[in-house]
Amino acid sequence: MIRIINIFFIIFFLLSSKAYSLIEIDITRGNLDPLPIAVSPLFQDDNSKRNSINELKIENVGSEISLVVENNLKISGLFNPLSKEAFLQKPDIAHLKPRFEDWALIKAQALITGKVTIEDKKLKVEFRLWDILAGREMMALAFTTVPGNWRRVGHIISDKVYERLTGEKGYFDTRIIYVSEEGPKTARVKKLAIMDQDGFNTKYLTLGNELVLTPRFNPTSQMVTYLSYFKNLPRVYLLDIETGTQEVVGDFPGMTFAPRFSPDGKKIIMSFAKDGNSDIYTMDLENRIVERITNHPSIDTSPSYSPDNRFITFNSDRSGFQQIYVMKSDGSNVKRISFGKGLYGTPVWSPRGDLIAFTKLHKGKFYIGVMRTDGSGERLLTENYYQEAPSWSPNGRVLIFYRETKSNDKGEGFSAKLWSIDLTGYNERQVQTETDASDPSWSSLLSN
Amino acid sequence: MNFSKSFRNTFLVILLSLIVSACATKKTTTTVEGQMQGDVYTGTDTVKYLADGVPDRVFFATNESILTTKSRDTLRKQANWLRENSSINVVVEGHADERGTREYNLALGERRANAAKDYLITYGISADRISVISYGKERPVDSGSNPLSWSKNRRSVTVKAN
Repeated sequence: MIRIINIFFIIFFLLSSKAYSLIEIDITRGNLDPLPIAVSPLFQDDNSKRNSINELKIENVGSEISLVVENNLKISGLFNPLSKEAFLQKPDIAHLKPRFEDWALIKAQALITGKVTIEDKKLKVEFRLWDILAGREMMALAFTTVPGNWRRVGHIISDKVYERLTGEKGYFDTRIIYVSEEGPKTARVKKLAIMDQDGFNTKYLTLGNELVLTPRFNPTSQMVTYLSYFKNLPRVYLLDIETGTQEVVGDFPGMTFAPRFSPDGKKIIMSFAKDGNSDIYTMDLENRIVERITNHPSIDTSPSYSPDNRFITFNSDRSGFQQIYVMKSDGSNVKRISFGKGLYGTPVWSPRGDLIAFTKLHKGKFYIGVMRTDGSGERLLTENYYQEAPSWSPNGRVLIFYRETKSNDKGEGFSAKLWSIDLTGYNERQVQTETDASDPSWSSLLSN
Repeated sequence: MNFSKSFRNTFLVILLSLIVSACATKKTTTTVEGQMQGDVYTGTDTVKYLADGVPDRVFFATNESILTTKSRDTLRKQANWLRENSSINVVVEGHADERGTREYNLALGERRANAAKDYLITYGISADRISVISYGKERPVDSGSNPLSWSKNRRSVTVKAN
């Protein structure tokens, strides 16, 4: 713990010596005092407004983009976007040169302004971030894209602002792949679904004819590996999101499940169950060479690589009950790391490499928690009736997972929803989905 | 000296017997809720029959794949029936309750289905006639969230494959 604090201290020291602005946000602690920020609607001239209506059927795409930014900053829990009704300056004038006193008057510490033009089927956006207290510009950026990408523009602006003010990469220009669920518990229909991180642009990737589970992105977020019961043969599949092509990768003489990509995207690691025993295997996606990683009569499943490819954490009941283990990626040096009370499952290595997130079952309650990779420093973030399957935001600051509610004896009252929580244990929120949802997997940053 | 030693020994013996009897009472007191023994479902009300008197499913304790006496009895009936109907192949489905992580439950379902399959094999049914599939916690028969519902869902089900 002390080491971690020291590391944070060093990071902060380095950052603060680099930064020249007065505003900084500490994201390493629960933020109970979010930064007041004013997100001015992005200015759009009349000509662009006409083009906006023609191209997007949206009257004021500048306003809409500012709402995307505002919502992202709000759900991060680090910012408090101020009500636009209190804004004194017009968007176009503020974008040229804000009257800092006016913005200070409404207690804003930071201000985002911008300008949008749509011409020749191109969307051009420029924005600026202002430090109100210091009375100066902190950042100015412009980009051009196709008009249909306007929500992504809002996400990219959010990421730039987050990065400038926290010193760490954002996680807004990302997508979530998950399993959409409908129907009664005894006859649940499940489909693969993908959406923007903020719940918009949902697309369904399978029709619900066969059971699908546990989709996970590859590092570039172009491919997904998942479990499908196509033709009643539970096997690991690979799906190209852009082209829609699917193929079996785990066509072994038995069930393959619990797939995940290696951090370099070259392999899929998964469980293969045969004759009552599940072990961990990898498949090289280029040459299709299969390697056996564990060989033990117990259940070995839920493998997840460390970001440097050198280690694998996994779930095994070789001690008699479900516990978390770490081994070298060749399967040697197996060590148990979970020793607290209860059962542990679904270990997943943080993209920063320092932590493993997990699900814990103890005395009839389910917890999402984190521990260091040697098992020390266990910290439980949230307790509930049922929740599992954490997935990390690409910057390693937020976990998304799913939660189920208890049903009554008739099976009524059941629901499955996605939730997110900060690594600090604060800022727990339900993530909006069109249907019930489970098994979320967070993509990498799409714009990088 | 001697007296106190023997007194201590007697005391220890009494203490030990108390502990043992405490354990024993704990073990024999099964919570009979609906139709459960320990936490294994013993009822027959949800059972479909492969044929008259041949139940299709057996039930397991939480996190377990050990066959109970009752399960073995059911599986022997299935084996007899399969011997008499040698043209029929079966799929043994393995299932888990909703109180476990999805991936572990898939593995657990597979283990349960194989426990049933292995027992059928020891009673003379050829392994080629039995395939297994695990549904983990994906296909409950009872949608309640209570110990009795969960015990009905921790099961393996033998279904005709052709």
